[in-house]
This record gives sequence, C-alpha cells and structure tokens, in this order.
Amino acid sequence: MNATAAALNLAPLLDVRGVSKSFRKPDGDALVVLEDVNLTLRPGEIVGFLGRSGCGKSTLLRLIAGLDDPSRGVVNYLGHPVGGAAAGMAMVFQSFALFPWLTVLENVQLGLEALGMPEPEMRRRALQAIDLIGLDGFESAYPRELSGGMRQRVGFARALVVHPNILLMDEPFSALDVLTAETLRNDFLNLWGEGQLPIKAVILVTHNIEEAVEMCDRLLIFSTLPARVMGEIAVDLPQPRHPDDPRFRALVDRVYVEMTAKPRGERVGPKSERFPGTGIGTTLTHVSSNVLAGLMEAVAGPPYNGKADLPAIAQELRMEIDDLFPAAEALQLLRFAEVEGGDIRLTEAGLQFTREDTDDRKKLFARHLITYVPLAAHVRRVLDERASHTAPKSRFFDELEDYMAEEGAEQTLRTIISWGRYGEVFAYDDHRQCFTLENPT
Amino acid sequence: MRLDRLPISVLRIRYVPGGWDLLAFVLVFAFFVYAAQAARGLAGSLAHLEAVPISLAPSALVGYSARTALRMLIAMSASLVFTFTYATLAAKSRRAEVLLVPLLDFLQSVPILGFSITTPFFLQLTPGRVAGAEMAAIFLIFTSQAWNMAFSFYHSLRSIPDELIEVARNFRLSPWMRFWRLEVPFAMPALIWNMMMSMSGGWFFVVASEAISVGNTTVTLPGVGSYIALAIEQKNLAAIGWAIAAMFVVILIFDQLLFRPLIASADWFRLEQEVGLTPSRSWALTMMRRSRVLGLIARAFAALLRAGMKRGEAPQALPERRRSVWDAHWIDYAWYVLLGLLGLVAVVKTTGFVLGEVRPAEIGQVILYGFITLVRVAVLIALASLVWVPIGVAVGMRPRLASIVQPVAQFLAAFPANLLFPIVVSAIVLLKLNPDIWLSPLMILGTQWYILFNVIVGASALAPDLRYAAENLGVRGWLWWRRVALPLVFPFYVTGAITASGGSWNASVAAEVVSWGQQKLTAHGIGAYIAEATSQGDFQRTVLAILVLSLFVVTLNRLFWRPLYARAERKFRLS
Repeated sequence: MNATAAALNLAPLLDVRGVSKSFRKPDGDALVVLEDVNLTLRPGEIVGFLGRSGCGKSTLLRLIAGLDDPSRGVVNYLGHPVGGAAAGMAMVFQSFALFPWLTVLENVQLGLEALGMPEPEMRRRALQAIDLIGLDGFESAYPRELSGGMRQRVGFARALVVHPNILLMDEPFSALDVLTAETLRNDFLNLWGEGQLPIKAVILVTHNIEEAVEMCDRLLIFSTLPARVMGEIAVDLPQPRHPDDPRFRALVDRVYVEMTAKPRGERVGPKSERFPGTGIGTTLTHVSSNVLAGLMEAVAGPPYNGKADLPAIAQELRMEIDDLFPAAEALQLLRFAEVEGGDIRLTEAGLQFTREDTDDRKKLFARHLITYVPLAAHVRRVLDERASHTAPKSRFFDELEDYMAEEGAEQTLRTIISWGRYGEVFAYDDHRQCFTLENPT
Repeated sequence: MRLDRLPISVLRIRYVPGGWDLLAFVLVFAFFVYAAQAARGLAGSLAHLEAVPISLAPSALVGYSARTALRMLIAMSASLVFTFTYATLAAKSRRAEVLLVPLLDFLQSVPILGFSITTPFFLQLTPGRVAGAEMAAIFLIFTSQAWNMAFSFYHSLRSIPDELIEVARNFRLSPWMRFWRLEVPFAMPALIWNMMMSMSGGWFFVVASEAISVGNTTVTLPGVGSYIALAIEQKNLAAIGWAIAAMFVVILIFDQLLFRPLIASADWFRLEQEVGLTPSRSWALTMMRRSRVLGLIARAFAALLRAGMKRGEAPQALPERRRSVWDAHWIDYAWYVLLGLLGLVAVVKTTGFVLGEVRPAEIGQVILYGFITLVRVAVLIALASLVWVPIGVAVGMRPRLASIVQPVAQFLAAFPANLLFPIVVSAIVLLKLNPDIWLSPLMILGTQWYILFNVIVGASALAPDLRYAAENLGVRGWLWWRRVALPLVFPFYVTGAITASGGSWNASVAAEVVSWGQQKLTAHGIGAYIAEATSQGDFQRTVLAILVLSLFVVTLNRLFWRPLYARAERKFRLS
C-alpha cells in the first residue's frame, strides 16, 4: 500500500470484499473465473492488476465499474455497494472503443452529454481535457484519421473529462507499438505526478510486467482460471522509474518469481482434474510448435546453455508474458522444461529435442505428447479402437465441456489438433470436423 | 482555436460561400413546390378521382412521377419508423424476439399482392376520400420495403461490438442517446444498402401498388404505376417508352439526391476503413455540408436530438439495480404459454376460415402449384448464376468497370416486370411458345442483379496478394476458376442468391400472369393463383396460397440456404 496514503489514513475509495464471479456451463455447473478477491483502493494510488490475458482481471475491472454483477461478495464504492454502471468511474479500453462516426471533440463530449451538461460548459470542459492530453488541433478529426497513439489519447480525454474519482484502465497500452506506448505512459505519469489529472486513483489492468512496475504503486498478481490474487507487491521506487535501474530489475525479477510460483493451497481429490497435466480436463492454451521449438532452442543456446532467467529470455525474444508463460507451461507439460522461481530449465528430453533434425523432433514430440498429455493419448486411443479410425470432434468437445467452458474446450481442441498434426499422432479433417488416423498420402 | 468552426468536418476542398447555398435553396424550394402539388391530390374525393381518368400524355407523367415519388418517400419514412421500433424491440427484448423475428421472416415471404387484401380496410377509414386509397397504396409500397430493412437493423443491433456497448454503459448514456449516438450510426451502412434494395423493390411493384384491384374494389391512383397499367391495357408502346424514361429520371434523382449522399456519409459510420476502398463521393453531400442554410437546419435538428438526450440532473446517488418481478422466470414461461395459445387460436381460426370455402383437394393443388413455382425459381437461379457469376468476377476484378456497372444494375433491379409485358406477350403469341416456360424469366428480372452485385463485391475484395500468387504459380483457366475465383466469391454469391431466390418468389405474382391489351397469358404456379384469387377478392384462397407460399420460402431458407450459408462462411472466409 502506498505509504503516504496509509499514513493519512484516507477513507478508501473502493472496497472489494470477497468478490467471486462464475458463469454457468451448459451442464449447469458453475465455472469459476474469479475467486474471493479482496482489494482496498485509497486516494492517490495506482494499483495494477497483473496476470495473463483471459485470467479474469478484466472481468474484475468490469465488476468494479458496475458493468457486471459479482456472483458473490460486494464492491463498495465510497461506502455504498455498486449496482449498475457507477458514476465516478471512467474506463479506458484496450481497443480504444471510440465511436468512429464522432469527431474527437464529440467523442470526448460523450460522457458530458450523457450528464445533460449545458453546451458551453460542455465545450469548455472537453477542450480543456483535449488540451491537457495533448490533442490540440485534432478536435475536428475523426478517429480513423488518427494513429493508434492519438486514438488512445482520445480514449484518455474521454474518460478524464467526466472528472471520475477512479480511472479504470483496461490494458490501455497493449494495442500500441512499444515506442508509442512508452510515450503515452510517460505523459500520463507526468500529468499524474504533477497532480493535473482530475482523478483520485487509478486501476491498471495489464499483462506487461515492466509496464506494471513502471506505473503502479502496488501490484496484485493474479493466477489463471480461476483468477485469485496470488500475491501483492508494493513498488516504492520514486518516479520517474528507469527499466535499467537495478532496483527496477530486482522488482521485475520478483514479479516473475511470484508468477511462476506453484499455486498455494492446491486442492486435491476429485477436483484434481482442474490442475495441469493430471487429466483430460486440462485447459490447453494454444502455442504453435514453432514457438515451442524456438523457445527451446533459445534456452539451449548460449549464453543460457539450458537454463535461463525468464525476464532475460522474455527480453531477448521480445515475448510478453502472454506469449512466454503459455509456451513455458506447454514445455513443462510436455516435460521438455521445468519452470520455477522465475527460471526455465530444459530437461534432458528438451535438450535432445534441440539437437535432432525435423523428423526425429517430430517423433520425440509425438512420444511426449502421448505420454504426458492425457487428452492426446485419449484421442489416439479412441481412434485406434474404432474400426473406421475416425471420431467426430463433437465427441471430445462434449467430454471437455464437463470440465471447462465452451471457449476453453474449443481452444483445448485447437491445441491438441495442432500438436497432434505436428507430431503426426493423428490427423484432423476440418471439413468433416473429424479426427482421423490417415494423413493424405 | 476557433470554436465556431469546430463541428464542421475536415474537408480539404476550398469553401465556396453562396454557390452551394444557392443550389441547395433551389433544390429545396423545388422539392417543396413539387411535394405540395403532389399532396394536394390527397384531400380530393374518390368520385373526383374516378372522373379524371389517367392520361397517357407524356406531359402528365411529370405530375404522376411526383405523386409516385412522394408515395415512395412516405413509405420509406414509414419503413424507417417501423425499422427503428420493431427491430429495436426485437433486439432488446428476449421475450419480444421469439415472436417478432419469425413473424418478420413470414412477412418477408408474403408477396405484395397478399397485402392488397387490406385495401378495403384503408378505403373505409376515409369513406369517399382519396386519402384512404393513398394510404392503401403507401401501405403496399411499405410492404415491399420494410422487412429487409428491419432485418438488417436487427442484425446490426445484435452485432455491436461489446466494448462500444461498455462505453455506452460506463459513460451512462441514456437509452435515447445510446440509440442515436451508437446504435443507429453503427447500423447505418447496412441499413442504407437495404434502403436502396427496398426502393428498387418498391419500383418493381409500382403497378401492383397503384392500380389496385381487389374483388369489386378497383382503385387507380394517379402515378407512374397506373400509367403503365393503362398503357398495357391500351397497347400503347410509346407510352411504355415514356414511362421507362420517367422512371429512369426519378430513379436518377433519388440516386443523386438521396442515396449517393447517404452512401458517401455511410463511409463515416464504418468501424474499419477497408484498405483500397475509394471513398464514395457525392456532389449533393458536398452541397449539404457546404451550404450554411442547410447547416443551420442540421444543427437545429442536432440540438433537438440532444435535448432529448438530456435526462435532467445526473443522479447523485448510485442507482440501485433491483431484481424486479418482471425478470422472474415464471413470467417467461407464462409468456411462452400465451404465445403458444395465441398461435393455436390463430391456426384454428385460419383453418376454419380457409376450409369454409376451399375443399381439401384444392389445398393439394395449391401445394402442387407451389412446387411448380419452386422448380421455376430453382432453374432460374441456376441459370442466372451461370450467367452472372463469371461476369461478376470479371467485372469485380476491374474496379473502374465495377463503378460503372453497379449503378446500371441498380437501375435494372428497379425495372418493373410489367414494362416487359409487351415484348414477352407478343413474342409468346407470335412464336406460339409455352407460357409455362417462357413467362418464367420475368420472375428473375429484378432479382438476378443481387447475384451480380454480390459477386462483384466479392471479386473486388480479392486480395492482390492472392491474385499475384495465383499468377506467379501459373494458375490459369479452369483451375483458376475452381481454386481461386469461385471459392473466393462463394460466400458473397450465396448471400446474393438468397436475396434473389426470396425476391423471385415474391415476383412470381407479377410474372406468372401477364397481359398486353386484351391478351392475357397465365402460367401454372402459385404466383398466378394468388394474383387470380386477389383480383377476384377471394380472401380464403388468397390466405391459403400466401400461407403455402410462405411455408415454401421459410422451409427453403431453413433447409437449404442457411446450411449452405453457414458452410460457405466456415469454409471459404479468409481468417
């Protein structure tokens, strides 16, 4: 927690208590996407939600904004429970979400119009926000005429103009190129530091660790499905922060360690199907075999020689955690690597993989796929048993749906199809939506 | 920063004060004079209308086209109102949706003559006055315009991106503001396209909507449609020629003053700018944007709209969302049960009504007629595809040619089948041809163009990379068609073919019975049956035939077109 805010003992702006969110699966069971989240937001802080895409942190942001209702728990804003879209919280979107048929000025005025503000006052405030955010001269432009960076500035101006207490930022820099994102972050931090922004606190959702460390006073680290707060890290570096600063690097390392930590309090018993690698009910994230091979080669090569620091390899390969973590986990699942304590280490098989040629790589991959990914073994077994050596995709889809939501099942099948094709363990005919044993000859 | 200039869009062309204003003024003034004259006829009495027969003098066409154009505009406005209410309700209320969407599906398949049984109702609203007859005519035009517009709007509302909806909610736009700021603009491109199609549909049935004859009730309203009907009756070829010319002029005016500006402004509403798409230009739009007078009017309108958006004081306290009784599940069940009961009552009533007059054997006959028309539609769509797919691909690959062909095809789509009656009837009589076969092409006269339209769009969307790759690999001839061109345009072709097929069923009522002077040719089919039944005022048979026809269309859509479309989407779409 921000030390000054705590010292002043300011009343919390936002108080999230035991919030969970679950969706109903087709079979009637609940699929938990967000579990027992607690959070207190005080004036003056920027709090970061850090986790992988699709882990539920954006869902939490929407619960806070009142765009969705929690299944359990309560979100208190200024001491009152949020019900319905709340005034005083404005959102900035990853995709900018500007109305293409409105000019920059009209887009910025949107929230004020909804308040029924008189025209001159509205105009004055909108122009002020436009000035502040550096959009001078673009008032009459349409979003399509602007670059990504300028569009997101409109997104910021539109949110700031309503003078919200809390600014909710949903991956606002992810759709921008590295340079633009950096400029925008710096501009934002400068304005925030100078107290020029008409807001009291910020929540930033991101999957970019450096961005989180650069901007936030406090980080909540989320696990994936269901999203739970795995850890909290206070960032007490003074602004401006530099990525080259050793203290900055140390914090980034710490975040990696937290994020690769084994989940605490793992439940055992019948629910163990949920946990990686233990049954066919594991949700597989699609990672291309090219990425897997590339990552293994990078780790095997110099200067790592089989064991690499995740932040270092992420930087070298220019992979964000959204790409890196699923790839590292896939390697771990296939027993080609072990991931722990912010490091990735290739196993003997992993090292062997990097030395083989294409055909032998495929054979090795196939062996590991069958041995360590139960779903692959299951598909293969079904195909072997059937006289026709074909099985419809829907058969496995229905099975998977007992364990996961529709999208999860779809993604898992896509992954298993892609890996199965690479290892030539089985083939898939998209036209007939069927798994088969025959590859076209 | 100059405040007063902010809301004006950024056009790089030099601002010319006065010139555009003058043009706009002349046009607006002319429109009002024209409309006032056309509207004066409304107040007259029916007796007076009957006393003044339709004149075939070319000069009379000026007034007639004004009347027809005004009717179409009013019907179009009514269609817009219908679209904004009906489709919005269907998209926003789950409960309304289950009733409204299938109903729309049904209404869309009912041919315009089917709706003409409502004419006596409109006539008795204003006994002895023209107003009732005008309302009947406008309603008929409305029925040839409204349904596809409503469908398009409904689909658009359902496909608004989530994050835009979240913006609307996060910034707490009132429903009214959300409608005008988000939903209508988002739906605009598709809606404009459908408005153009609707306009063509209105023209195609212009004769049926103006020269109404239901049993003993005959209404002939002054207009291009009645003019054509009389010209056909009197075998006046010159008059037919004049009618075509008048239609051409009116369609051109609509195109230049209404649709071009709409299309050009629709580019504004697109979420993404497609690469390589040349922005549409319209001098009329430029005029409207440049003219200060029109600008003032537009601003006043915008202010009015904005006044509606205000919802008074911003609520200070947080709104409490309570689960009302209205959301309860049992209300859902009650509603479905109620719908089921209503449906049952309707079925029983209709059956009783129809069977009171029609022998069961005749029902079998009507179904047989349905199959005959089905064969016709199927063969014609196949033939039209063979002709227009290759041409469409060839045209689509040449953007310059495409920009010429598009408006021509659009005019041809509006071309009423009746105008070809003289040629067709003379040919059939002279050459002693079989009407069952040779009347059929009329059915697809107006609808085949949708195949061409869509194929052109598909072919012009062909990525240059794919083209170069094919060229580079030496893919030529039949292989090129099979592996490159046909798969690429297939999804677009299916869209066009669905529209063409649906339209052809509707057109069967105007195509299976044709006349030229006293000569009348009839083909066997459900369209001819409906035309016959309505002209005799036989409600039972009309209702029966409409039900059968709708059943055919809806079944065909469900069992054939939809699966085909889904397959095309899955297999041939890139990415």
